[in-house]
Amino acid sequence: MDRRPILRRRALPALLLAALLAACSGGGDEAGGAGETGGAAETGPTEGGETAAATGPINIWYSNNEQEIAWGEAVVEAWNAEHPDEQVTAQEIPAGQSSEEVITASITAGNTPCLIYNTAPAAVPQFQRQGGLVALNEFEGGTEYVNERVGEDRVGQYMSPDGNLYQMPWKTNPSMIFYNKALFEEAGLDPEDPPLSTYSEFLETSQTLVDEGGARAAIWPSPASQFFQSWFDFYPLFIANSGGQQLVEDGEPQFASEAGVEVAEFWAQMYERGLSPREEAQGDSFAEGQAAMSIVGPWAVAVYSDVDWGVVPVPTPDGMPLEETYTFSDNKSVGLYSSCENRGTAWEFLKFSTSEENDGLLLEETGQMPMRVDLTETYADYFEANPEYETFADQAARTVEVPNVANSIEMWQEFRDAWSESVIFGDAEPEAALTEAAETISGLVGE
Amino acid sequence: MAALAPDAGVKPRRRLLGKHPIGLLFAGPYLIYWLLLFAYPLGFAVYMSFRDYFFTAPGAQVDRPFVGLENYIRLIGDDDVHRAALNVVIFIVINVPLTVALGLILATALNTAIPGRTFFRVGFYLPYVSASVAVVAVWLYLFNGSGLVSNLLGSLSPDPPFLINSAWAMPIIALFATWKQLGFYVLVYLAALQNIPGELYEAASVDGAGTIRKFWSVTVPGVRPATTLVVILATIVGANFFTEPYLLTGGGGPNGASISPVLLMYRQGIEQGNPGYAAAIGVTLAIIVMGLSLLNRFLLDEE
Repeated sequence: MDRRPILRRRALPALLLAALLAACSGGGDEAGGAGETGGAAETGPTEGGETAAATGPINIWYSNNEQEIAWGEAVVEAWNAEHPDEQVTAQEIPAGQSSEEVITASITAGNTPCLIYNTAPAAVPQFQRQGGLVALNEFEGGTEYVNERVGEDRVGQYMSPDGNLYQMPWKTNPSMIFYNKALFEEAGLDPEDPPLSTYSEFLETSQTLVDEGGARAAIWPSPASQFFQSWFDFYPLFIANSGGQQLVEDGEPQFASEAGVEVAEFWAQMYERGLSPREEAQGDSFAEGQAAMSIVGPWAVAVYSDVDWGVVPVPTPDGMPLEETYTFSDNKSVGLYSSCENRGTAWEFLKFSTSEENDGLLLEETGQMPMRVDLTETYADYFEANPEYETFADQAARTVEVPNVANSIEMWQEFRDAWSESVIFGDAEPEAALTEAAETISGLVGE
Repeated sequence: MAALAPDAGVKPRRRLLGKHPIGLLFAGPYLIYWLLLFAYPLGFAVYMSFRDYFFTAPGAQVDRPFVGLENYIRLIGDDDVHRAALNVVIFIVINVPLTVALGLILATALNTAIPGRTFFRVGFYLPYVSASVAVVAVWLYLFNGSGLVSNLLGSLSPDPPFLINSAWAMPIIALFATWKQLGFYVLVYLAALQNIPGELYEAASVDGAGTIRKFWSVTVPGVRPATTLVVILATIVGANFFTEPYLLTGGGGPNGASISPVLLMYRQGIEQGNPGYAAAIGVTLAIIVMGLSLLNRFLLDEE
């Protein structure tokens, strides 16, 4: 029998373990923390001019929706036919809880593809901080290309605080009110010109829809607490009511203003009166006729092809014509990722895939609006043949993005928590909750 | 002294490798697995929790300064952490006693010669092997405002409905977890019941004990080691609940009423890019769970 004290018997393995852990921890520090200078990761765009100019095979990821896959396959096939030495391999973004999680993990592992056609602007500050993105303005003619395609006035919303542009604003799905004409008719409302412009009209129409139209809800935005849900209830209406303000501008939260509080009080009434349920919908409430309206972008045209629908701008307190209404862009960008070796090819393919021709193909295949100036003029034939997209195209000229600030996702989560507490569940006064959230967010974005 | 001399060279080696070095060879693969997938991540989590840490691309030059106890101090004052801790308590208070009671009663029933025994055994085990996502969908249909349970209860149904009612969200989550995991614990108890000698029941019968008396005086003490295991496992699983609030109550709703520590870690570490703070929550949770497990063992284990 071993009579050595337990402490001594266990000392050796414990020491070995401690040494191993210390070594591992040290390794982590060395791998990532050599510098003590703070701020974002320094994997600069110019790191290695050779990489920036290198050409050769690359891989890309695109979204997993059917129409975008068809577009991606067509574009890649066209490129590969002309570039035998710079072949592009494409695949759908790997499955995960969200694209942002998958990309975050992939940046950390160092196995991101060269381009991802599903990069959310709200996640760009975090990806940049991770050292995962390459600045597009560092490529020769990069700034000019993006300005020319997107429009210089709009590009500013996508610039990072360090003055670089880490994303190509690719396509937009301007948020509008989509409504089910059959349910409106059933409720005795004019389906061709429904009163939905002002808040009081919207509330009254909603009440009629629920009372007379057989819909369980007038409109059913998700009441869930994920950080991004406010992009589809509060944000479009706030942008419209504030004349095109972002949630945060110049480091200062804007949403606790009169415009923001009016929007919050409007939605609070929708929940209070049961016109928007506090429960999550089971399935697609609009497709199943449970809700008479929905806040959507032009992607909905293809998805709700079985519904006889109409579309109007989001409401404002006193009503506003379409040509003056701003809304949330719901943009997806293309990111060029730092683990890409053949960045020269990646940049050329990025330009190829966002050319006038391939943007036109995107419009045809998906109905989503390329982030391009003079959209309706450039693709006049398409809009003539598909008039149902024209209202969305008109709205696409006046869109506002999420702010490109530090701690962007934490900021949206903070906002969502205040929104849930006050507007959805009525446990606090909307104005007080928004003011408190603004104070917290002011600190977060200033870090 | 001279007789000890031949051992002198052997002792250091034996001290290092033990009496049976081949044992190390057998234990080696698991030890490596344990070191790589358990000890290293745990050690690294402790390291992260003392830093302003974030994940970066390989080779990125960034500062992850040592912040001392800052992350731990932050969690002490974080309302979400307080709510999550309270929710763990609610969860464990409902889940653990219910698991032990139902697990033992069902195992005892299934251990007797009742008709359709195999059917019931499979039936209770089925939720355990089913994907959470699928069974959560069923519970959503049962407990939402227009769901079966709400309709059956009629005017007795809570307003707002169960899953968006801050008083009901956590109990429903705890009930769901109990139901989902019960099959496993029934199996543990069934195995334990096989170890109780039949003579004990016979002796109790001779002494005039009825079914209930035998259950309390023979079965319950007989499965005591299994009860310790069930309580410890249910506590650990309870403290780490995530899927239920993530899916059943829309991300910890209503209004944070069903937030859990692991859901907070997910939000902070994965979504919001604060893995240092998430690690501090994780390390604190691990310490509390270890403490609870030791307490359970101290209270329940006869040895």
